[in-house]
Amino acid sequence: MALLEVSNLVASYGPIRALHGISFSLEEGGVTTILGANGAGKTSTLRAICGMVKTEGSVHFDGQDISSRPTEAIVRRGVAHVPEGRGTFTRVTTEENLLLGSYSRRDKKAVQSDMEQVYGYFPRLKERRNQQAGTLSGGEQQMLAVGRALMLRPKLMLLDEPSFGLAPLIVEELFAILRRINEDEKVTMLLVEQNATLALDLADHAYLLETGNVVIAGTADEIAADETVRRSYLGY
Amino acid sequence: MDLFLQQTLDGLATGAIYASLALAVVMIYQAIDHFNFAQGEMAMFSTFIAWQLIAWGMPYWAAFLICLAFSFIGGMLIERVIFAPIHDAPVLSHIVIFIALTLIFNALAGFVWDFTIKEFPSPFPDKLPFESTLIGPHEFGVVGITLVMLGLIYVFFRFTPVGLAMRAAAANPVSAALVGISVKRMLGLGWGLAAVVGAVAGMMIAPKVYLEPNMMLGILLYGFAGAVVGGLTSPGGAVVGGFLMGVLENLAGTYIIGSELKLTFALVVIVAVLLFKPAGLFGRVVVMRV
Repeated sequence: MALLEVSNLVASYGPIRALHGISFSLEEGGVTTILGANGAGKTSTLRAICGMVKTEGSVHFDGQDISSRPTEAIVRRGVAHVPEGRGTFTRVTTEENLLLGSYSRRDKKAVQSDMEQVYGYFPRLKERRNQQAGTLSGGEQQMLAVGRALMLRPKLMLLDEPSFGLAPLIVEELFAILRRINEDEKVTMLLVEQNATLALDLADHAYLLETGNVVIAGTADEIAADETVRRSYLGY
Repeated sequence: MDLFLQQTLDGLATGAIYASLALAVVMIYQAIDHFNFAQGEMAMFSTFIAWQLIAWGMPYWAAFLICLAFSFIGGMLIERVIFAPIHDAPVLSHIVIFIALTLIFNALAGFVWDFTIKEFPSPFPDKLPFESTLIGPHEFGVVGITLVMLGLIYVFFRFTPVGLAMRAAAANPVSAALVGISVKRMLGLGWGLAAVVGAVAGMMIAPKVYLEPNMMLGILLYGFAGAVVGGLTSPGGAVVGGFLMGVLENLAGTYIIGSELKLTFALVVIVAVLLFKPAGLFGRVVVMRV
């Protein structure tokens, strides 16, 4: 059974529709990517899953309908969202950001060891643990956002353009760590990216969104080989 | 010299009240970006509850605690029933509702307990534990109680998970929801706490100014002045600003302007700070990185 099953999902911001009834599903343990141009509805898809926008249609997570639940309740079930723009709590320290990530956890005893685990993936965050998070560099804040999401011990991680605004070397490092997290922690991932090459390299499945509709779906290799995708999104 | 010390210490005592109100106002301002004009009337209403309980024969500290519990629940209810539904409404809607709440609490207190002034007891002994002519026993107690309360609030926000979550929810509600914090619940909690802080201030000042529905009018103005002086973005600054206003008010009243112009003094301070240092003494100058 799929971990996440989305069917006929419609999302609107006031009178404006961003998603026109999309359907897709995520296999447990995999990495799926949603590709598409600006305004295709990639971010809206992630927001709709988390209940951050008004939606119609159904979203089943782990066998339960979460489509009308408030965001914090969806998060508590194990959906960690690494938002566009990183969502740093700028005025508290790096470590407090990570603590906030574990806020809804019941097993508070494991939090300390999980924090060490996050520091293991991102040693840079450990060096900056007592620094105000707003003073971290863009790359460090992106790592912090992933670390904060990990502190939830999520079953599913939604990643919204993690490469945005980062230097190529940092991006490479970050995606290598994401791969390790997927393999070692068995966290299912749904990745939204403008950088299609990067995304298809990490993902095993992919969907292509155009103006709020799924137009192509398949394995990452199939999509990468697709003529239209290659020309429009991979640029060769 | 004695007069100066006396006035300063006395100023610290009223400053403690202003500091509490300033803190209550800033706590809500941080969470919803609006100034709660009704904070003073809410505090006055809480004080009346305590007065009623004492009049019914309840011991002071029992009435004190029940009054705090009532204020906490009342604050949460006000948030849930009135402010949650208009959360995204424009600033004018908020102002109108604040004014309405002020008038409602004022009129309601007058309706239930009438407008004649009432004596409110001081919980502190008649004599200081040490010899001094510089500060009265009630003033000494007020400063003590206020410092304990401020200390507890500091510890709560600084060192407890819920306190951290409340700060997170106020600063960045979207991200807070994404780590599983119920922003709604945190807002309610914030209103409850602010109402409690205000209630303590009301019960501490009432023995001095006597209890009546208009008791908090001038006091809230000083609370606002304290909040503005300290900086609306800084709870610690608001507290310092409140104490500062208490002392300045007394010294200015004694040496410069006399007691008639005291209230004007608070307004002058508010205007001066907004003109020359809008972020306040300890406030954060908001710089946006784009």
